[in-house]
Amino acid sequence: MQDAATPVLSLRGIVKTFPGVRALDGVQMDLYPGQVTALIGENGAGKSTIVKILTGIYQPDAGQILVDGTETHFPTAQAAGHAGVTAIHQETVLFDDMTVAENIFIGHAPRNRFGLIDSNAMIRRAREILASIGADLNPAVRLRDLGIASKHLVAIARALSIDARVVIMDEPTAALSHKEIAELYELVETLKGQGKAILFISHKFDEIFRIADRWTVFRDGQFVGEGLMAGVTEAELVRLMVGRAVDQIYPKRPAEIGAPALTVAGYSHPTEFEDISFTLHRGEILGFYGLVGAGRSEVMQALFGITQPSKGATRIAEEVRVIRSTAQAVQAGIVYVPEDRGRQGAIKGLPIFQNVTLPSLRETSRNGFLRLAREFALTREYTQRLDLRAASLDQDVGLLSGGNQQKVVIAKWLATRPRVIILDEPTKGIDIGSKAAVHDFMSELAAEGLAVIMVSSEIPEVLGMSDRVIVMREGRIAAEFAGDQMTPENLVRAAVGIGEAA
Amino acid sequence: MTEQTGRQIPDRLTSPLSRALKSWEALLLVVAAAIFIANSLASPYFLDPWNLSDATFNFTEKAMIAFAMALLIISGEIDLSVGAIIALASTVMGLAMTAGAGTPVLVALGLGTGLACGAFNGLLVARFGLPSIVVTIGTMSLFRGISYIVLGDSAFTGYPASFGWFGQGYVFWVITVELVIFALAAIVFGVLLHRTNFGRMVYAIGNNATAARFSGIRVERIKFTLFLLTGLMSGIAAICLTSRLGSTRPSIAAGFELEVVTIVVLGGVSILGGSGSIPGVVLAAFVMGLVTFGLGLLNVPGIVMSIIVGALLIAVIALPRLWSMVRR
Repeated sequence: MQDAATPVLSLRGIVKTFPGVRALDGVQMDLYPGQVTALIGENGAGKSTIVKILTGIYQPDAGQILVDGTETHFPTAQAAGHAGVTAIHQETVLFDDMTVAENIFIGHAPRNRFGLIDSNAMIRRAREILASIGADLNPAVRLRDLGIASKHLVAIARALSIDARVVIMDEPTAALSHKEIAELYELVETLKGQGKAILFISHKFDEIFRIADRWTVFRDGQFVGEGLMAGVTEAELVRLMVGRAVDQIYPKRPAEIGAPALTVAGYSHPTEFEDISFTLHRGEILGFYGLVGAGRSEVMQALFGITQPSKGATRIAEEVRVIRSTAQAVQAGIVYVPEDRGRQGAIKGLPIFQNVTLPSLRETSRNGFLRLAREFALTREYTQRLDLRAASLDQDVGLLSGGNQQKVVIAKWLATRPRVIILDEPTKGIDIGSKAAVHDFMSELAAEGLAVIMVSSEIPEVLGMSDRVIVMREGRIAAEFAGDQMTPENLVRAAVGIGEAA
Repeated sequence: MTEQTGRQIPDRLTSPLSRALKSWEALLLVVAAAIFIANSLASPYFLDPWNLSDATFNFTEKAMIAFAMALLIISGEIDLSVGAIIALASTVMGLAMTAGAGTPVLVALGLGTGLACGAFNGLLVARFGLPSIVVTIGTMSLFRGISYIVLGDSAFTGYPASFGWFGQGYVFWVITVELVIFALAAIVFGVLLHRTNFGRMVYAIGNNATAARFSGIRVERIKFTLFLLTGLMSGIAAICLTSRLGSTRPSIAAGFELEVVTIVVLGGVSILGGSGSIPGVVLAAFVMGLVTFGLGLLNVPGIVMSIIVGALLIAVIALPRLWSMVRR
């Protein structure tokens, strides 16, 4: 057993940049044997990036990884595994059509003397490992037939099968029920007892305080602080997590709030959200804040007709209706700029002008026949307003940068002259210049009387751009804030479900 | 407020002409010309107008379907049941003929059967979201199976003389009725794909069906329409083929689906969807027709012919890729 004061694994000065984004900027972290370290930060703080560096998926641009005080490199996922680092991911990466034992031993299965997989030994050892974590699972069963909690147990068993010394748990409770979460806590205790160092990533403060020994906070890819859980309060952690000045990349202009543009009444979905009601006015920017998985995008996609609500109705321009398809939504004047640009937004392979005019073909064409001159004119009008950077208007959208692809998607919708525009994480993963341009443009649209909904997980963006903020938690509207009530602390508390008294 | 003066972005960087010269279609045109010259050198009978007219029967029926199939494949779907639709449509016409129906009724039934089969495929794919390759392999067996049940070892013969016009008639001189139908279909589908909103949406769906739906396009409706069109063209091909042969056997048009897909792919349509053109399909149909006709004049046996056609397909598809690998 090692001395608890010596970290098993340390990170020093880790830097990782992606085109246009500095994901990690000189961060540090220490993981100690037999202790749980909670990594805390907003979405986009760099938590996922650090997990990928620790598991050998990304290579840091600078900085050191120290295992037992010795500098190490993890060029591949296998190398990280050999060093004893293993991760249990948000969406557990397992193989549904293989058995429990095969999943546990994939890549390092016991071999017989012919070099073939020794399935008897594999099943025997799988049973031992499962028993050691108190999991009552048959190693010969196919993973497909197990529930999500059992799959987590298999993932943990796999972590143990490589004799892991560092176990990373990335949002392990996101998909679990209360009972399953309690079982997971017990398991974490077992792992601590075996001297494993555990990195625990979670948005939920109650569980961090329940099982973590230490904390580390990242913000915007930078290290903010670390310490012992015993010496910190929830309020202090929240402040560290979000505390920064909201600056001028949020050029919110005052706009006159007009008549209701969209009223949503009792929108519900069997699994994603329930009883969503709100009113959006002309000239207003309404922010939707919440944790990833709170159901914000699902509500927006239902309003846009991608999915259909089980209950509820909308009123758009004095007309009560339920949107049943995207075509109906566009006709009613509701448009949606999706978060998943690559898959749902721009159509890569088609030129810019064809992307922009796709929902407006009825206007640009005559009797169903294309009129290219009008298409180019329309595209030029809106891409110029958005300051698009491109070589030509018939360039493939796939060749543009993320920010410029986003501008094409926004131009596509503005060209339909909508009443309501929904922007889902409009500036996620785009460079700072395009970000400011998108914000500036949002303000301009609101000033022109358009009603804007902005879904965002970035608190500065929500506070900087919104007239009013609705916070969602677990598929419901948790709170609504306006004016002085719009503070980072209030938003985070409502999003994670900390009571006012805390 | 900082008024940003958007810089002027040109509409196009390359002119349509220079694009056309570098295109797949230009390459096909060269290939077609080369085969034409080779054929005329290899056989003294090749350049006879009547022989050439006969040669068009090698591809006209398949190419009619290939136009609709091109749109379907560009949209990311496929229909492997087209040969079976011909068999079923021909069988339905045969049954009506034995019951005493005249040519107009036969034509209506041929078209109707094609549409019904297309609607059935379209319903399964667009409404229930089943993968088209599986659905149409299933309906391929289903449609042709019905023909076998109806006909067994027998055949329908004795179609009315007026019905023979579609497959055996000439509009003037050596220009056959089928060749005219082929040309009209090429124009209609070319305009539909390249000049209408519908065609634009087909490309959008083929490149990214999810994003197309997120752009307010009724993806299912368009896919259903494409299956309907493919069924309709199969119905027209059934009329032509039945009329030309003057009989219906359950094995009629066996293997058509693969030849149709070969024409479409040879024409430069991406089998993964999203790109391709009707002029390319027209040229590919000519290339296929010229190759089979030329080999026929040289008395090359059918088996060897199919080997050569297969090799040609792989060569034409692989060459550009090999070329870019060599250059790197």
